Amino acid sequence: MRPTHGFWRQAFERLRRQRMSVAAGLVLTAIALACLLIPMLSSSDYYTPHYEYLSRTPTLAGGHWLGTDPLGRDMLLRVMWGCRISLAIGITASLISVLIGVAWGAIAGYAGGATDSSMMRAVDILYSVPYVPFVIVLTLLFGRQVWLLFVAIGLVSWLDIARIVRGQTLALKQREFIEAARVSGTHGAAMITRHIVPNLIGIVIVYATLTIPTVILFEALLSFLGLGVQSPLASLGSLVADGASEMQSHPHLLIIPAVFLALITYCFNYLGDGLRDAFDPRDR
Amino acid sequence: MLRYAVHRFLSAIPTLLLVATLAFVLLHAAPGGPFDSDKRILPAIQQSIEAKYHLDEPLWRQYLRYLSDLGRGDLGPSFQYRGTSVNEIIAQGFPVDLTVGAAAIVLALIIGVAIGINAALRRGSSEDYGSMAIAIVGISTPVFVVAPLLVLVFAVNLHWLPAGDWVGGSVKHLVLPSVALALPYIAYIARLMRASTIEVMNSPFIRTARSKGLPLRVIILRHALRPTLTPLVSFLGPAIAGLITGSIVVESVFGLPGIGRYFLTGALNRDYTLVVGITVLYGALIVLFNLLADLCYALIDPRVRLR
Repeated sequence: MRPTHGFWRQAFERLRRQRMSVAAGLVLTAIALACLLIPMLSSSDYYTPHYEYLSRTPTLAGGHWLGTDPLGRDMLLRVMWGCRISLAIGITASLISVLIGVAWGAIAGYAGGATDSSMMRAVDILYSVPYVPFVIVLTLLFGRQVWLLFVAIGLVSWLDIARIVRGQTLALKQREFIEAARVSGTHGAAMITRHIVPNLIGIVIVYATLTIPTVILFEALLSFLGLGVQSPLASLGSLVADGASEMQSHPHLLIIPAVFLALITYCFNYLGDGLRDAFDPRDR
Repeated sequence: MLRYAVHRFLSAIPTLLLVATLAFVLLHAAPGGPFDSDKRILPAIQQSIEAKYHLDEPLWRQYLRYLSDLGRGDLGPSFQYRGTSVNEIIAQGFPVDLTVGAAAIVLALIIGVAIGINAALRRGSSEDYGSMAIAIVGISTPVFVVAPLLVLVFAVNLHWLPAGDWVGGSVKHLVLPSVALALPYIAYIARLMRASTIEVMNSPFIRTARSKGLPLRVIILRHALRPTLTPLVSFLGPAIAGLITGSIVVESVFGLPGIGRYFLTGALNRDYTLVVGITVLYGALIVLFNLLADLCYALIDPRVRLR
């Protein structure tokens, strides 16, 4: 511990020492940049069929580095669009679930008493709700609009964060600075937003990072079952599903999106683990 | 403990009621109805079909009717499979899920526990690092990626096993689905077992057993195994939710006639009763397995007191 450094600086120093997490962060940055830039710079697009080159295998010559799909669309572009959609869904839905989870957990933990126990009882009950079946039903309700899918997934994945935030809030409530704030007349919403939530930021960042890959897998699962992103738009899940139906003749159509999906989830998990060690060094 | 079990059983009722209500309301709020996709039929016939299934009544009466049927254990008629009740569909499909799920759990327990203990005993060796690295890959690779890849390797390329179908549940047809379902759990259990074995093997009572000169096999099987299993038990409760998700995927990849597939097609065809019925069954399974996990917890670890 070097007390001269601030909170962020210390966390960053600790994170830097975790080589796997740094590598994971770099890989994610590279994927994010690639999926933003490659479709922008490419002269082709992800949706126009090209019947003169169907289902090409990956090759460095001829311009289609990752081959083409059965409609002659460039796989590199489709996979990059898939990464875009998957990352966008992962980040948006995680933000929604973090917002709900932090608010729910902080209010329950700070209010205590009957409010706390009834709010946490609700969380317990929601834990017994079969998740995926419900999201499947929700996709029917919202039609097939992608942005509603973000919201639907965010709406059902806030329970873990709520529990963790509540636990942390209960611990924070005992600290002197909260007492000091109370003595000087702060209470209610101001107390939660000004004093409780800012002190939860570390743990919230960690769980937000760990929520992103679960959300990405969730969306991929829905798209795999044909309930998520609709063609010609692609997400990594729908690409895996399309590839699975073609795997006999063209295995690269399955393997390439599967590798990207796996890479993104591993990297977020590693990064999350590293952030946990960086922000919460006691919790080893 | 009996009082505890009864209490938990009773507290499951409001949970299941919530699950049924949510599913019912959301499904009915979704656009489209169960008989919309039919070919052009006379309005009179459409009306009589809807009257037969009480779809012409106001929603709250349908809801109350559904709940009172549910209370008697009757999940209602399926809209999509005319003349078949949801109870019959579940009775037909659920054994498939049970077989695949049970095979997956048994597989995951045996292999996962063995890998985990082995890694813990050889802590720091390349075998330990290797198996834990593979475990991380296993945890983050979803079933819907693993299942098609297994088909690609073992059915398409090697021709060792069939790529799908059920055929009355023959062992040959059971292997790939249950392995696909089990793989993430093998990885998860291996990691849990490694951590808990390392902790237990460092505790004083194991040191005593070692200093008595007991052979390692006896130390592990007689003394260490029971306390190392405790974290596993609390994991198996929540694991059931993941198994349900996995079974929906595995059934659609391998074409198995389980309830997961009925659920999917039912949802797409707005088969209200079928979807709500299966959702309630899923909810009941989650509640039941969490309860079983807590009871097992108390049985394995005498320090746990249930209230």
